[in-house]
Amino acid sequence: MSNHHNNGSRAGETEQMAPSQCLKVFIQRDYSEGTVVKFQTRFPQELDGRLERQAFEATINRLNSYFAEAENATCSTYCEGCLACLTAYLIYICKETHYEKCLKKVSKFVAEQNQTVYEPRGLKLTDPSMRGLRVIEISCLDRPPNA
Amino acid sequence: MTLDSEYQLVDLTAIHSEGTDSMSEMARDRVTKKWEVFAGRNRFYCDGRLMTAPNGGVFLLTVFLITGTCTLFFIYDCSYLAEKVTVAIPIIGGLLFIFTMSSLLRTSLSDPGIIPRATPEEAAYVEKQIEVTNSANSPTYRPPPRTKEVLVKGQTIKLKYCFTCKIFRPPRASHCSLCDNCVDRFDHHCPWVGNCVGRRNYRFFYMFIVSLAFLAVFIFACAIAHLILITKTNDGQFLEAVKESPPSVIVATICFFSVWSILGLAGFHTYLTTSNQTTNEDIKGSFASKRGQENMNPYSQGNVCLNCFYILCGPVTPSLLDRRGIVTDDYRAEISRPVNAEINQPIKSYGVAVQNGPTQVTMNSTDMPGIYRQTTETTDSNAGSVTHLVSNEQPLAIAPVLQKTTEHQYTSQTNLNQSPVYSNILSHAQVPLSKSQSYANNLNVAEGKGEVGDLHLDPVVLRDAHIVDKRKDDKLDNDMTLQDKENSLLSASRLRLLQDTTMIESALDLDSLDDSSLGTNSQAGLMKVVV
Repeated sequence: MSNHHNNGSRAGETEQMAPSQCLKVFIQRDYSEGTVVKFQTRFPQELDGRLERQAFEATINRLNSYFAEAENATCSTYCEGCLACLTAYLIYICKETHYEKCLKKVSKFVAEQNQTVYEPRGLKLTDPSMRGLRVIEISCLDRPPNA
Repeated sequence: MTLDSEYQLVDLTAIHSEGTDSMSEMARDRVTKKWEVFAGRNRFYCDGRLMTAPNGGVFLLTVFLITGTCTLFFIYDCSYLAEKVTVAIPIIGGLLFIFTMSSLLRTSLSDPGIIPRATPEEAAYVEKQIEVTNSANSPTYRPPPRTKEVLVKGQTIKLKYCFTCKIFRPPRASHCSLCDNCVDRFDHHCPWVGNCVGRRNYRFFYMFIVSLAFLAVFIFACAIAHLILITKTNDGQFLEAVKESPPSVIVATICFFSVWSILGLAGFHTYLTTSNQTTNEDIKGSFASKRGQENMNPYSQGNVCLNCFYILCGPVTPSLLDRRGIVTDDYRAEISRPVNAEINQPIKSYGVAVQNGPTQVTMNSTDMPGIYRQTTETTDSNAGSVTHLVSNEQPLAIAPVLQKTTEHQYTSQTNLNQSPVYSNILSHAQVPLSKSQSYANNLNVAEGKGEVGDLHLDPVVLRDAHIVDKRKDDKLDNDMTLQDKENSLLSASRLRLLQDTTMIESALDLDSLDDSSLGTNSQAGLMKVVV
């Protein structure tokens, strides 16, 4: 795939920074279940022909499941919260929160999806954590922004 | 080796203005962390680890009051009570004090759940979506929808568009005008704590006020006990007791006056926690059942206990701001790149030029579908977002020249064909401003142009300013044609006008105003103003 629009990226940062100067599609949040982090599975028109719907939906559904796991209020998360409170929240100096662990899983998944599914098609997913969990940004690497 | 690094450094300074690459930036001693270029008004300490609201005065007062009172208590009352009653008293007092202070510091110094602002591409994409829904068929101007309705668990909730952050706010989020950020699950901005209270630090805030309530009651009881015990040993002479231990009286007085409000606040927040509401929602009565229709809270877990647990011990996102990350040139470009990244056409064909950009504004010569209207929550925020896209050398200094608008109206008329937008703007003569303006000012109303209900200054300013900026990069000022100069003057004047006439230094929460006139016709209630 052509990389001449990849001028925004640098070595060592390709996994973090999506290239500028190319068409970007944004998958918005789905608030039907409240304020939990969930993304819409509606297939964007701009990707028509570039990506199969199933692949897209699989990615989004998997991401949604990771986030659901992160936001899921189970007994263990409650215990973790109570323990943190009792230790005056000093425990977070040593330990990672459950949510952070899940976000790491999301990052790994996004990187893996980019490698296997998206980059071969000239697309690139940006980790939603890089966008404040507002959107999933899909960059079309070989299309200029005006297309 | 030394020579190499020296050479590298020299190289850097020479090309610094064009942007260095991240490697060489790291080679220099000073790297810029992301908190230094943060768009909101928060203050950062410890290299971005701690963050507070801009005004920390009242917070310091809180800290002083608590530590001062407790110090007096420990010195005077505890020494007496420890021997006469039990040594547990200072221990309990000490534990309560530590817990209170740590909760306070946690609340004040952590990220309340700030939602990072949209990148320029995101903002453009959202605008395009708004434009698409707006476009098509209306020959008369229709203001763009600033709200979007979503179904949350079967209930319709309106999402508002934040002009400063350029996002549709998630449900329960709100924009704090003091800190100039959108905060997730915004509760309120607490000056005592010196920070917003939002999703991430609500539990610390709650712990703080509950423990402070216990502490205040405890100290009050102990101080009174101390005085009573002394009175008893002095054969019932209360005044003698006071003379013997005056700090106890001070402590008791402070506690007495503060305990009512703290207990009240603790009780109120307990109610909010059990019903899973925020202060913001409670004040607005979002889920009150007295509105004729049943307004159930769609976020509630259903159960008092579950709500409590969920809010106080539930999972919480880490800070979405990467405060201590290093600012690379990519990042800098990302946050500061103006919306139209690809304009390189002369300003004369303004209407055409813009269409090439990602915003894809469809400009007609007669009406301008203002893509977004800047209801400035504060001028500073507006200035921040507008000047964000305006280069620093935007000549505001020449803006005053433009205060005589009538003259310019005439001059700009000649440019009608070429820059239709300008004529449109100026003919509406500093036009209908936002609600904030209408509430604040009593300026003369003129120009009752019905359809143009908005301040169109902002989008035009942005594009102008950017265009001018781009032009500036290419040419020196002398090389600008009269047309260009005029255009830059116009945009500068608009910027100045915006700053002058919108609410300056007002912490008005426009969300509450917005609620009173929701919907697409919210502009109907606006006053039209001329300067």
